[in-house]
Amino acid sequence: MIELSGIRKAFNQGHDNEYWALDGIDLSIEAKKVTALRGPSGSGKTTLLTIVGCLARPTEGRVRLLGEDISGLPERFLTEIRRKRFGFIFQQFNLIKGLSALDNIILPAYPTGRPRRELLERAEELLAGLKLGHRRHAKVEWLSGGEQQRVAICRALINDPELVIADEPTANLDTHLSREFMGILEGLADQGRTILLTSHDPLVVESDVVQRVIDMRDGKLIDEH
Amino acid sequence: MKLWLAKQRYLIDFTLASLARRKTRNLGLLLVYTLLVFMLASVTLYTHALRQEAARVLAASPEVIVQRMVAGRHDLIPPGYMEKIGRIRGVQKMEGRLWGYYYDAVTKANYTFMVPAGNPPAAGEIVVGPALERSRGLAKDNGISFRSYSGKLHTFIVADVLPQASELVSADLVLMSEQNFRAFFDYPVGHYTDIALSVANPQEVRNVAVKLGAALPDARPILRDEVLRTYASIYDWREGIVLALLSAAILAFGILAWEKASGLSAEEKREIGILKAIGWETGDVIKMKFWEGLLISLTAFLAGFVAAYVHVFHFAASLFEPVLKGWAVLYPRFQLTPHIDGLQVATLFFFTVVPYAAAVLVPIWKAAITDPDSVMRS
Amino acid sequence: MIFQPAIIALLLASALCVLALVASAPFALDVIRRWDIKSGSERQLQMERRTYLFSTLLTFVLALQLAAVLLFVFNAEKMSGMFVGAMCAVGTLNVNAFGFPALNAKIAVFFLAAMWLAINHVDSRARDYPLVRIKYALLLLLAPLLVASGWVELQYFLGLKADVITSCCGSLFSEGSPTLAAEASALPPRPAMWLFYGSLGAAIAVAAWHGYRGGKGSASAYALAIASAIGFATTIAGILSFVSLYIYEHPNHHCPFCILKPEYGYQGYWLYVPLFAATAAGLAAGAVQPFARIDSLRAIVPGFSRNLAAIAANGYALTAVIATAMIWQSRLILLEH
Repeated sequence: MIELSGIRKAFNQGHDNEYWALDGIDLSIEAKKVTALRGPSGSGKTTLLTIVGCLARPTEGRVRLLGEDISGLPERFLTEIRRKRFGFIFQQFNLIKGLSALDNIILPAYPTGRPRRELLERAEELLAGLKLGHRRHAKVEWLSGGEQQRVAICRALINDPELVIADEPTANLDTHLSREFMGILEGLADQGRTILLTSHDPLVVESDVVQRVIDMRDGKLIDEH
Repeated sequence: MKLWLAKQRYLIDFTLASLARRKTRNLGLLLVYTLLVFMLASVTLYTHALRQEAARVLAASPEVIVQRMVAGRHDLIPPGYMEKIGRIRGVQKMEGRLWGYYYDAVTKANYTFMVPAGNPPAAGEIVVGPALERSRGLAKDNGISFRSYSGKLHTFIVADVLPQASELVSADLVLMSEQNFRAFFDYPVGHYTDIALSVANPQEVRNVAVKLGAALPDARPILRDEVLRTYASIYDWREGIVLALLSAAILAFGILAWEKASGLSAEEKREIGILKAIGWETGDVIKMKFWEGLLISLTAFLAGFVAAYVHVFHFAASLFEPVLKGWAVLYPRFQLTPHIDGLQVATLFFFTVVPYAAAVLVPIWKAAITDPDSVMRS
Repeated sequence: MIFQPAIIALLLASALCVLALVASAPFALDVIRRWDIKSGSERQLQMERRTYLFSTLLTFVLALQLAAVLLFVFNAEKMSGMFVGAMCAVGTLNVNAFGFPALNAKIAVFFLAAMWLAINHVDSRARDYPLVRIKYALLLLLAPLLVASGWVELQYFLGLKADVITSCCGSLFSEGSPTLAAEASALPPRPAMWLFYGSLGAAIAVAAWHGYRGGKGSASAYALAIASAIGFATTIAGILSFVSLYIYEHPNHHCPFCILKPEYGYQGYWLYVPLFAATAAGLAAGAVQPFARIDSLRAIVPGFSRNLAAIAANGYALTAVIATAMIWQSRLILLEH
């Protein structure tokens, strides 16, 4: 589904503190599979995630999405692709405080201009699917960590993306909640969504749900299972 | 189009919710903004109302007034002068007027004594303006004495008080009969203060004045249109001066707006980062911020304008009155006729909303270009 | 110069516009020299992000110019009392040689900014931003025009001196001054009517034709731009020559501005708003057409052009209908039937 070739990414380019976070990545991410990136912090896995997820552009190299080269696209179009095809689950959940669970979930759909009723129906459906329907009008800061994550998952799914990207999804969860999350992940995989996540949590990378684990270090791929 | 509208509605919804969440943060700016609009609107509403008032008063005055000049000073019109003017084509009516100033030591103010053209008060009676009525505590049928410049005391009965309608000019007026006037000021018989000419056709006024100048080289014709123009530009000029003084305030406000818009809180920065990460485009964030600015501007503009309206037309512009009105000791206390003028509102908009928009434009853009991957790097 | 709020506001607005464009000039040069869409460097990313700032700035300039045109005319109207012989805005604008040029320059800047924004719009929808260099070169061309417009305006205001009584001396000081043309010169009504309806009809027909072809033909796009320019000029001439007479119900009052006044129920806005919108749209259709052949724009320009044609056709039709309705309701008879 996504092919990366010769990807390099620099920060502070041209300055003294120039630093290459990614250094020659060639990788192909297959559709409808669960892939995990594993590595110590600073290994470049999150940076790689931002490039795959169209949040950032590579300094060098090519990104192909379904055969189309998207590496040189201006942000405006990357955003469009991101909105349509990717759903994000962040480590810190990144919900907007002061808004209700429902309002948070439908936020990614605002730029599409889809009718509000349609969005709310879809959001209710997603919440009910994750057994959170009773909390729909609660402000997100009143929710527990696990509940917040489930709201974030619903938000990632509101535009019905083909690919779900999760950055260290279990870092802020206890074992019980982490297991629950893996259960949800399995459900998403069963729906036929491609999933890409980063983690160094054994509970995640050693789980049966994850079909492919890629090891990273110093901005390079070093191993694959 | 429908899609576009739906999108804008979402952006407005979001910005309303986020404004509501940060009430205190925006309240300060809103207050200063409202205050600025209030000050500027008070000045413009007030000067405009004064202009209107002057125009209304002058509408009833004669088209041309002729004064006689002696050694470059205004002098009395001697007997036989009017006959010298003779008949000028286009002049409907010509009459000598009698009026003068009187300093009242009791109220330390100047009054205008005048003989009205039509039905003057009976001998021994006067009609006074509303300011006199207040300052000297006069009412109908009261008696009042004035000591004339020759030292004699004259007593009059107040026959009537002039209506409030155009107090700016009539406030300090005292109307009396011709005999009383001449006796009070020892005004020589047959002399007049000046001559009023009525000209029906406005296009003729200038020709009449030219002919007057030719017939009487020592005469000085004053045209109503010129007086009107002069008043208008004096008020314009004063308004301009006050606005120029307030421009420091506008500048300060612009800087405040810039500061506020660029000094986003960590929370706000995080929010914009999240929005961009989940699929909002830079343009969407700019539009969202634009709606925020528009909502703040409209609220401040409306609130400030309404407050200024109340201030000017219900509290007689008590804050700016001394600067803008004039120099008379006997301040007329008059009710201005409420009047809103499109040009005034448009100008006011230029002075407030445009500087605000210009000040926040760059900070908004800066906020909107937050890296979409910033939320993942924290 | 007359020290007056509206004048200060107008000068302030001009200064802001000039400042915005002058400040953007170095960036425009930078883009022309260094733009490289293929590059993933941070500098390229920064440049791309700056383009958002400049399209926002230009939108601001456009909005400000439009508001300034209105304020300028409004103010000219109001100041007419200050000049001997000036009965309305036309007289005020004739006080010195810079009045009408200042107004025309403002209108020109408005239309040029609209055309730039149209080019900007199509460019930013193409994935490779093909017109970036052209766009910023055009921006550099627009800057001196804006400066010139501001300068003419400043000259106009500096040259204004109210005919007022100084130091309490009534006098006929303005006696010798030439009377200001209180009326704009105008065509005789019958040919003006032919021109008015003829050119509006032509513009509507061309716009409809262009729209019917799906905004594709380049001949029809250029024809639309030309028809719009002519339509604008003749509509203004028509308003001067006979529409205003019908509104004022006065056989000699040719003034394109008095119809904006409350005395005439702000009828002028009904005429001018659709006219300006339609003309801007028609000109914009012509402005984007040269780029229709660029690969990445091939799918974008026609759709946009068709929308512009629709705006133009509707705008001109609305102008014609409203003018006709005004004539219909008038009690003035100019032409014997």
